[in-house]
Amino acid sequence: MKARWIVLAVVLSLVFGVTALAAERHETLIVGGGTWSAATSWNPLNPNNTNGTLGLVYETLFGYDPLTNQHKPWLAEEGRWISDNVYEVKLRPGIYWSDGQPLTAVDVVFTYELARDNNLTYTPIWRTLKEVKALSLDTVQFVFENPSYQEWQIELYSRAIIPKHIWKDVPGDQLMVIANDDPVGSGPYKKLMAGADRNVWVRDDNWWGIEVFGLPKPKEIVDMIIYENNVALGMLMQRTLDLSNYFIPGVPAIKDHFGLTTWFDGPPYMLPANVAVLVLNAQRPPLDDARFRRALAFAVNPQTIVERVFENMVPLCDSTGLFGGWTEYRDAEVAEEYGFWYDPDLAKQLLAEAGYTDQNGDGWIDMPDGSAIQFDIIVPSGWTDWMESIRIIAEAFRAIGVNANPAFPDYSVYEQRMQTGNFDMLINNFGSGISGSPYSYWNWVANHNINREYVTEGNYGRYDNPELFDLIAKFNQLPPLSEESLAVASKIQEILLVDMPSIPFWLNGMWAQMTSQYWTNWPTENNPIGRPCSWGNQWQFGAIDMLINLEPAQ
Amino acid sequence: MGRYLARKIIIYLITFVFAVTLNWAVPRFAPGNPVSMLLSRFTVMEGGWEILESFFVKTFGLDQSLPQQYVGFWKSLFAGELGISISQYPKPVFDIIRGAIIYDFIILLPAIVLSWIIGNKLGAFSGVNKKADNFLMPVFYFLTSSPYFWFALVVSYVLGIVLGIFPTSHAYSATMRPGWNLAFIWDFILHWFMPFLTLFLVQLGGWAIGMRNMIIYETNTNYAKYMESLGASERLVRSYGFRNGILPQVTGLAISLGTIVSGAVLTQMVFSYPGLGYIMVQAIKQNDYFLIQGCFLFLISMVLLANFTIDIIYMFIDPRVRHSYSGEV
Repeated sequence: MKARWIVLAVVLSLVFGVTALAAERHETLIVGGGTWSAATSWNPLNPNNTNGTLGLVYETLFGYDPLTNQHKPWLAEEGRWISDNVYEVKLRPGIYWSDGQPLTAVDVVFTYELARDNNLTYTPIWRTLKEVKALSLDTVQFVFENPSYQEWQIELYSRAIIPKHIWKDVPGDQLMVIANDDPVGSGPYKKLMAGADRNVWVRDDNWWGIEVFGLPKPKEIVDMIIYENNVALGMLMQRTLDLSNYFIPGVPAIKDHFGLTTWFDGPPYMLPANVAVLVLNAQRPPLDDARFRRALAFAVNPQTIVERVFENMVPLCDSTGLFGGWTEYRDAEVAEEYGFWYDPDLAKQLLAEAGYTDQNGDGWIDMPDGSAIQFDIIVPSGWTDWMESIRIIAEAFRAIGVNANPAFPDYSVYEQRMQTGNFDMLINNFGSGISGSPYSYWNWVANHNINREYVTEGNYGRYDNPELFDLIAKFNQLPPLSEESLAVASKIQEILLVDMPSIPFWLNGMWAQMTSQYWTNWPTENNPIGRPCSWGNQWQFGAIDMLINLEPAQ
Repeated sequence: MGRYLARKIIIYLITFVFAVTLNWAVPRFAPGNPVSMLLSRFTVMEGGWEILESFFVKTFGLDQSLPQQYVGFWKSLFAGELGISISQYPKPVFDIIRGAIIYDFIILLPAIVLSWIIGNKLGAFSGVNKKADNFLMPVFYFLTSSPYFWFALVVSYVLGIVLGIFPTSHAYSATMRPGWNLAFIWDFILHWFMPFLTLFLVQLGGWAIGMRNMIIYETNTNYAKYMESLGASERLVRSYGFRNGILPQVTGLAISLGTIVSGAVLTQMVFSYPGLGYIMVQAIKQNDYFLIQGCFLFLISMVLLANFTIDIIYMFIDPRVRHSYSGEV
């Protein structure tokens, strides 16, 4: 008898329990593609934090719009260089943290002084930064000595401003360590929950930005961890995913049939996100010979890759590797004179001129001393688009008599070989993402920090050219678009094209496929407000604007 | 009986130490530096990498010599610590495993137990019923020879996409919040069903085939014929055959646990179903020493424990084992 009552109680509690805990589908935005493991931390000082920590919860002084190459005032109302070495930021009035405390110049100063007094990822800014001072509650001055203007362009939209009243109590050695499980930020969303296969964010209806920018429409954002892109495709078809940021083959063929939206309705469908370059190991003969490297660039027809591998979902890349806002620094004359194009006969001719010919008649080009040349081109196993690409590249090299073969090691082996310089050629794009200054691209393809066991900052081919390194460092310290900066930029482009440490072939896409069953008014070519991207550290690249402009489907 | 147990325990302990050592060593000698792999994922300003690098190397004690690291590993293991994950820094390995392991249990346990029981029953039935056998055997062979991931794709396509009965991925709907209410539990079961079904069906075939062959063999043995000649009913003969036939099946269960776990990894990948499987794959890709160690430690312990349990069960269901150790035979 007693047992029966217990059973009844359990059943009743289940039925009437907490059904309200489920969110409304039409108020929920489901995204995927930026998160690859369960939530780690919500600590903006730890670069390994959970996707969304920066952008959804913590905000930056400026946003950045890669489409227009404009910094969008965010926490800052305006910011400018008031002299050669002083940058002044004026904060918007009436900004506050999610706990109701006001966000003021004091917090901005605190955020930067924290990096002066402790070792944080942005501590190096103090190499040129001398002082950060709050002139009033809404005005901050950054006083530099020889400022790195270019890096500052990137810094402005990268740094999460954190609340002093909470972080001042965290011991210095814990700043990067704490998980910050209950983050207090200034952003439009708050952490709701983190599951083994998802992170859920809930809108902060008291967000200060509602009055300034508007109300983000989704009440909740569910960021799903999806293990494979075919699962993402299945979810798009079942409409259990609204925004997919995965590379999904076949999208051009199926998009209309399944009602998927992409940025461009036709080719190239996707916005570009980064440059895919063929890195050449400049420490290994004959790749240590700039003439050999340059000849290789003429051997490949990237159009084949774009068509056959990416089904026209990506655009070709300019010889200089510059795209988006970076093209403001592109020197058309340099590109014209030193650029490369598909011309296998010329490639052969260039090789012959440099002394590389087939000496033993086996059909393959040999070293001038007669020894054989053979290359492996590597990409991680399972990265199907890149695997197909290097098959085509290897084929193209073989067509001009260069014996190159594709190989597909496991990801960890690929990365180990890349970082230790144990490879001939590989495709990579880890540091070539769109940014507010071409400095980030150049400092990646030709990074100076190469005399070490593990190279992690770019220039994996260990191309050593101190003159170029100095130019890149100099470029960093020149005001954006100043005459001198343009001149240095031209020189950098010239050296990169003549010496060709790596060859930019195509622009990898900012993969985005959207469904319109629950949300409409997606950002597209014809509605270019915001950017449909849920990748980590890119929410401030227009994704918040997308959230504000979305409309619930009727 | 005590001797039997003591001997088994010693063997298991040695296996454990050996396996754990191997699992400590392999990632460390495999190519790939976990810290530099983690670093290359970050975009930080010029000079920021050095700071991060020294921070992580110190945090994880990777500047120590290998013997020091090995001793430290056992020390912290006895203190019940699995360390901090590198790739998912600053999350403790234990927390990562705890958040995922439940999904493995709810899929693996029912799939293993039910497929074993039902597989054996079906196999026994098939072994004595010629008509059913003609139909069932091809099905069993089809099931057992299906690779897990392929079968998972078929199940997902048929039940998920074509018929649209079950959701194709994840542990519960995006709009659901875990809670103790019917709506959530129902949603959870719907999501659970296809991964479970995949593991259940693929394993079922193997058990059934084994049992069917055993039954046919047993019903032709001398003791069965003798019983028949004494006039024992067919049912009784079959039940004796079943008791004898089950012994190799129990051993088979112990042996196949490892394969089943790897099958679960593949199945979870197809359904994006959370669990240790995906975490392990990611950990290995990132060469995350501590997370690999933790996951495998857990796995090894579980498999050894399951084997040990089976050993004990064996003692009860096979009198010969019991008696050989108590000196009665």
